[in-house]
Amino acid sequence: MTDLPILSIVTFLPLVGALITFLIWEDSEIARRNVRYVALFTTIVTFLVSLSIWFNFDNSRSDFQLVEKLGWIEQGGISYHLGVDGISMLFVILTTFLMPFCILASWESVEKRIREYMIAFLILETLMIGVFCSLDIVLFYVFFEAGLIPMFLIISVWGGARRVYASLKFFLYTLLGSVLMLLAIMAMYWQAGTTDIPALLAYNFPASMQTWLWIAFFASFAVKMPMWPVHTWLPDAHVEAPTAGSVILAAILLKMGGYGFLRFSLPMFPLASADMQNFVFVLSLIAIIYTSLVALMQEDIKKLIAYSSVAHMGYVTMGIFTANAHGIQGGIFQMLAHGLVSGALFLCVGVVYDRMHTREIAAYGGLVNNMPKYAVAFLIFTMANVGLPGTAGFVGEFLTLLGAFQANTWVAFFATTGVILSAAYALWLYRRVVFGTLDKEALKSMLDLSTREKWILYPLIVLVIYFGVNPGPVFDVTQASVDNLINNYQAAIDGAVQAASAANN
Amino acid sequence: MDIPNLALATPELLLGVGAMVLLMVGVFIGDKSTRIVTGLSVALIVLAGIWLIWLPATGEAFHGAFVMDPFARLMKILVLIGSGVAIAMSVGFARLENFDRFEYPILVVLATLGMLLMVSANDLISLYLGLELQALSLYVVAAINRDSLRSTEAGLKYFVLGALSSGMLLYGASMVYGFTGHTGFDGIAAAMAGERSLGLVFGIVFVLAGIAFKISAVPFHMWTPDVYEGAPTPVTAFFAAAPKIAAMAMLIRVVQGAFEPASADWRQIITFLAIASMVLGAFAAIGQTNIKRLMAYSSIGHMGFALVGLAAGSEEGVSGVVLYMIIYMAMTLGTFACILAMRRTDGMVENISDLAGLSRTNPMMALVLTAFMFSLAGIPPLAGFWAKYFVFLAAIQAELYLLSVIGVIASVVGAFYYLRIVKLMWFDEPEQGFVGMASELKIILAITSVFTVFYVVIAGPMSSIATAAARTFFS
Repeated sequence: MTDLPILSIVTFLPLVGALITFLIWEDSEIARRNVRYVALFTTIVTFLVSLSIWFNFDNSRSDFQLVEKLGWIEQGGISYHLGVDGISMLFVILTTFLMPFCILASWESVEKRIREYMIAFLILETLMIGVFCSLDIVLFYVFFEAGLIPMFLIISVWGGARRVYASLKFFLYTLLGSVLMLLAIMAMYWQAGTTDIPALLAYNFPASMQTWLWIAFFASFAVKMPMWPVHTWLPDAHVEAPTAGSVILAAILLKMGGYGFLRFSLPMFPLASADMQNFVFVLSLIAIIYTSLVALMQEDIKKLIAYSSVAHMGYVTMGIFTANAHGIQGGIFQMLAHGLVSGALFLCVGVVYDRMHTREIAAYGGLVNNMPKYAVAFLIFTMANVGLPGTAGFVGEFLTLLGAFQANTWVAFFATTGVILSAAYALWLYRRVVFGTLDKEALKSMLDLSTREKWILYPLIVLVIYFGVNPGPVFDVTQASVDNLINNYQAAIDGAVQAASAANN
Repeated sequence: MDIPNLALATPELLLGVGAMVLLMVGVFIGDKSTRIVTGLSVALIVLAGIWLIWLPATGEAFHGAFVMDPFARLMKILVLIGSGVAIAMSVGFARLENFDRFEYPILVVLATLGMLLMVSANDLISLYLGLELQALSLYVVAAINRDSLRSTEAGLKYFVLGALSSGMLLYGASMVYGFTGHTGFDGIAAAMAGERSLGLVFGIVFVLAGIAFKISAVPFHMWTPDVYEGAPTPVTAFFAAAPKIAAMAMLIRVVQGAFEPASADWRQIITFLAIASMVLGAFAAIGQTNIKRLMAYSSIGHMGFALVGLAAGSEEGVSGVVLYMIIYMAMTLGTFACILAMRRTDGMVENISDLAGLSRTNPMMALVLTAFMFSLAGIPPLAGFWAKYFVFLAAIQAELYLLSVIGVIASVVGAFYYLRIVKLMWFDEPEQGFVGMASELKIILAITSVFTVFYVVIAGPMSSIATAAARTFFS
């Protein structure tokens, strides 16, 4: 163990990079190149430093590790409190890992205002890491909400044609959900007298209050996740965002919702979670089946992947609220895997979009003929998205279904149909884009992956297959914390049942 | 007969005597004196501020009509900052717009004197004296651009409605006096502790209605958009900051000092004012095209949010309101510095659409204004979020759930129009650029934007200051 505040360093390192980028004031070709390299260098260093979190992480402990705590605002009981446990640690790594790819993906495709673009991304990285590291609920909220600002700007300045509509919708939807959570946070502060997450986890909220708090938190996380029926901002935002923006949105920002359920809803309001279990199951099933059907009919590649994200997040919410080890482990794994896979799929779309500047499925076809390397990469990610055994997508999906089967066989039955549907839309998309005859003139001159694109896609292929074959390292990390969560959850439920029966006697 | 403790009122005396001397200077030198008078006015205000910071005396003077406590001290410093900055911001405007009127800074100093008296007033009579000194100066200031139809219309409208509200306040004050037999706040509070008659409640309602007019809370807000739009921009900047703070401080002292025993009654009124202001401020601003009008509705909304804290009727609530006013002032002054910088070669512009493409023509100003807009919308980690956080924290503690939910939803609606400005600056095609910014505006912008963006760093000490001020009423 070192005494260095590793989490603070990892969190604020990108901000330092943003500051350096900010100081590159001139706007020449060299300056723009410097901006790109500074951003890339910062994200890579951040990733390397963040690996030391993993090395210093003790898998056998279920409590928070690498904790840092400083006083901040005494009047609101708010402190600057960072730490990670098995649930949050891998999300930090996922974030820092994906950022260099996002920077690389924007290397050439973003031409205007590259400096502001990189600054927005680096600030966003700080805020995203902060969300997963925060151990103070107000600090969490600050990071959670502040992320809206750079993401809003990324979508609306560097986005597609309907970017204004999409960015406003994204911002206002998420804000509306979050402000209700803010009120719930305040109510929790007055009830428990603290905003410290470990202290709140240990506090037993009265059952009547739990329901209201749960609903308020659900309003925020369900929008972020996004769950049906508040998912409609996601396809719009994805379609209009630049490639790297879509990657971040799908891979990290959506995971904040799932992380929130795991960190707050389930452990802090166990009674309400148990009451609401069926409600969440129903919404998850609708998300899985309905959005898969919607995805089938999309004309736009990005929109199709966006709807498929909603469907996959349905598995996550279903898994989390089964509240058993398989479901939760599967949910976490599914989030991590989906982070890699959906990020990679958007990067794949970015590759062809940079060449053709269209996302219409109909505009493509027969790419396998002149882009074989691309076709292979796209195939592997498509298969991972479908959940083919041997890829990372399979493990999470399978475990969540296993968890659902223990909780409710009908839920598992309907959720499984989603696997079939996802195979249908993903393979159909792949066939329409990659196979077929290469008869469109514009496509014939398209070149296969460039070196930069290989650097982006190949490492992701390796990881997707590695974690598909050997998911052990992930489960080792999450095991202790998840077991602890489930024990506390079960104890709270049992306690309530005993209290109820005692009251009856 | 004892001599009043004049030392407590030194800043007021300083401003009073100074304003009269400056009037002489102005009259004898003539129109050329504007620069000197402006400079000396700022110096006077700075001097008064330094006095307040250096010598924190507390106590009562003039037989309890004038009180100096930590709360008054903090609010007076805020008022002085607001007024000083407003005068400083008018320098460049005066030079370029032929706005050479030495009366302007003097009137602002007189209005500031009135505001300081309002903040310290502990008696209905001294309260009214301060209020009228401030209001009469402001009526003239609103119409100071006497050759402009809009400015004179604004001044007249303000005067008529202001006189009406003063009348209501006075009527309410007379009823309060009639039913309690006291004009001093301590006496009123003591008399209220027992049985309260219906007439007293009427008195409270009228007094609060009169004060609500001053902070432009709905339904007494009608004058705000017209006056904001009609008055010259530096005047609007002045209106938006210092008088609001003084009136809010006065409201806090009246309800927490004099009407405290009747808190069940006045908290209902404040709750209604808060809800109405937040909702109207959010929805009415959506359709605006003039940025000054937009800021008027924005300030109505912000007063509603500040009142949320007061509606809680607790120490946390008052502390939240104080903090809200500090942060509100920084954001508002910064935003108005930006509006004052909206100048093309052919003069000032004030349509929202004139900001289109600002991020290309003037990236730094666009960045700063973006920060202010997100802060006004209440997005963390900017200062505006913390302002809202603490008032709603107090409201939740007081179990005002409906008020809180309506409030946060109004803040989401409000976010829409702030974002619209951001959108204009960043996505739309550039209009003709603005001419360079005056150096005093740059300084003001630098200070206010650093405060707004890096507020998280000083959030702890700032909350302590606000709490210390609020404790005045709860010890």
